[in-house]
Amino acid sequence: MPQNEHIELARKRHGYRLDHHERKRKKESREVHLRAHKSKKMIGLKAKLFHKQRHSEKIQMKKTLKMHEQRKTKQKNDDKTPEGAVPAYLLDREGQSRAKVLSNMIKQKRKEKAGKWEVPLPKVRAQGETEVFKVIKTGKRQKKAWKRMVTKVCFVGDGFTRKPPKYERFIRPMGLRFKKAHVTHPELKATFCLPILGVKKNPSSPLYTSLGVITKGTVVEVNVSELGLVTQGGKVIWGKYAQVTNNPENDGCINAVLLV
Amino acid sequence: MTSEDVERLLIQFQDESGEVLGAPFDVPLDITPDKLQLVCNALLQKEEPVPFAFFARGEAEVVTSLRVCVKTLGVETEQVLPVVYQPQAVFRVRAVARCTSSLQGHTEAVISTAFSPTGKYLASGSGDTTVRFWDLTTETPHHTSRGHTHWVLSIAWSPDGKKLASGCKNSQICLWDPITGQQIGKTLCGHSKWITWLCWEPLHLNAECRYLASSSKDGSVRIWDTLLCRTDKILTGHTQAVTCVKWGGDGLLYSSSQDRTVKVWRAKDGVQCRTLQGHGHWVNTLALSTDYVLRTGAFEPAFATINAQDVTGSLEEVKEKALERYNKGSNPERLISGSDDFTMFLWNPAEDKKPLARLTGHSALVNEALFSPDTRLLASASFDKSIKIWDGRTGKYLQSLRGHVGAVYQVAWSADSRLLVSGSSDSTLKVWDVKTGKLSVDLPGHADEVFAVDWSPDGQRVVSGGKDKCLRM
Repeated sequence: MPQNEHIELARKRHGYRLDHHERKRKKESREVHLRAHKSKKMIGLKAKLFHKQRHSEKIQMKKTLKMHEQRKTKQKNDDKTPEGAVPAYLLDREGQSRAKVLSNMIKQKRKEKAGKWEVPLPKVRAQGETEVFKVIKTGKRQKKAWKRMVTKVCFVGDGFTRKPPKYERFIRPMGLRFKKAHVTHPELKATFCLPILGVKKNPSSPLYTSLGVITKGTVVEVNVSELGLVTQGGKVIWGKYAQVTNNPENDGCINAVLLV
Repeated sequence: MTSEDVERLLIQFQDESGEVLGAPFDVPLDITPDKLQLVCNALLQKEEPVPFAFFARGEAEVVTSLRVCVKTLGVETEQVLPVVYQPQAVFRVRAVARCTSSLQGHTEAVISTAFSPTGKYLASGSGDTTVRFWDLTTETPHHTSRGHTHWVLSIAWSPDGKKLASGCKNSQICLWDPITGQQIGKTLCGHSKWITWLCWEPLHLNAECRYLASSSKDGSVRIWDTLLCRTDKILTGHTQAVTCVKWGGDGLLYSSSQDRTVKVWRAKDGVQCRTLQGHGHWVNTLALSTDYVLRTGAFEPAFATINAQDVTGSLEEVKEKALERYNKGSNPERLISGSDDFTMFLWNPAEDKKPLARLTGHSALVNEALFSPDTRLLASASFDKSIKIWDGRTGKYLQSLRGHVGAVYQVAWSADSRLLVSGSSDSTLKVWDVKTGKLSVDLPGHADEVFAVDWSPDGQRVVSGGKDKCLRM
């Protein structure tokens, strides 16, 4: 037993004194008076330090009391109407000031040059090979280990045909193949179940992109003809990018947010 | 003998609906629109000559002479050429050329402005929670009406010009008397979020101007009884904010909402008739082809005088006049809805659910759409800095008016449908001549964005209000 636990040990063994709790309560209430007495009688450097501490404690106590008081009384609504009146048609829109618009344009041009795009989930945990693939052993003595099975959800196109089983290196199980995704429109806050057209980019590795592995943060292309969006020329938009926001292998469905 | 070697052409006059007028006859190719007008008036046997605009085969307008038209169309001179004639408004509205005055008084941005149906009074609502009435003859403030507790978002005159309703951001509606500036009745509370639009019942349905429809962000439309100052009906059905509500001339209410639908209700019992779907994003604005007629009620702009007068006559007379004017217009009522998905739909809401046409072309959201007073043209203002003119009947694209450097917020037609004024976020107003598609007058002078524009129904004045807290006439 460590040196300093004898009190606790005794308490565990024999319990508390019968009057322990009452004595404790009374001692605590006497403490207030003792402190006040000390504060009056102390002198010297000790006193200075003590007074400083007591002063700050008092301030803190006053603040908390005021806060509690405020909650009890009901506040009258602020009479002053806020600034920045806008007509009804601008109310639900975030007004962009002109300066911001210009700087946004410049930023977008720079991003286009760099090839980086703004996505809702910019940083995603990179999935290592051991996570995504499971080693399948083959051969007469089960020693050959060159086959891999994908353990994450994947998308294969419409006209997908497996390679001859003897030669295929990556196995994509049918149970983990998905065709539809639940896509949320960020402004409308409505969710639609849209068919996936293809996997555009998987942030972990280009190998996963080519295999069609869908993990959190993957950018997929979805068929949005259901939404009825139209370009300036009157053409109907039917494909848009969306980024996956959940771990589909855990949930059994793909949730994504549309990149507008 | 000098034989006039001018080529002649067989033309046949047709009116807009295709009915032929008289027999085909010979005219020289050099004929000008004036002469064509004389001929047409003679054929129609009108007492007063009515100005017409002529369109060869319904497409190309005859501007200088028939010869130019024929060349552009490439018509064979052997066949009969149908020429469609369109009566133009008898009166002409002069383009507003200058700012006659700058009316200060509001302490915050001016959010909404409206002329009364006869053009006698002017009211403006602003962010300083007041509604101000202005005297138009002296161009000075008349009354300041206090009563709201938050920004006054929308105002609407009753069609007889005797009451003004204003809705604020705290979801309250107040009624004001323009003559005294005092509040009539109680404040109407009931909505839970701010009021987006107010619309009165048309005069020919009820001459007392008793009922008022209001739409709000809480997704409901309420019909108020202004005499008893309480809610008459509540129309729920929209799942998101209702952006605009319009009371049609046939007793139907149209409401557009952010849930991408437009709903048609029967005003008598509050039952929903139809839901018009098709938009891909919020529906921002609605416009009816009979908007102008419903707004002015019994007032006939052709009989306007310099000093605007009140509407006279008993309730019955007034109702008759309003009904007459309503029936003169082309039936059925058409509805246009403009949306954030950059397109507009043209509907015939009384008949069917499918849109008549889809008007694409804008590259940013459509903020406001308005039919011209003669319902032949349609103007749409959009955040892509342009205004597009479309044919009011078919929805075909006619022309684009470019010139603004900022988003165009609101447009207003002149009473004769020849001129269009537009206010934008770049703080200028521009007056456009619709026939030529060119800028007629540029009206700078505001210090900041222009939020509201209105042309008085008698065509004499244009008022604009904006973020710089002053109104300009």
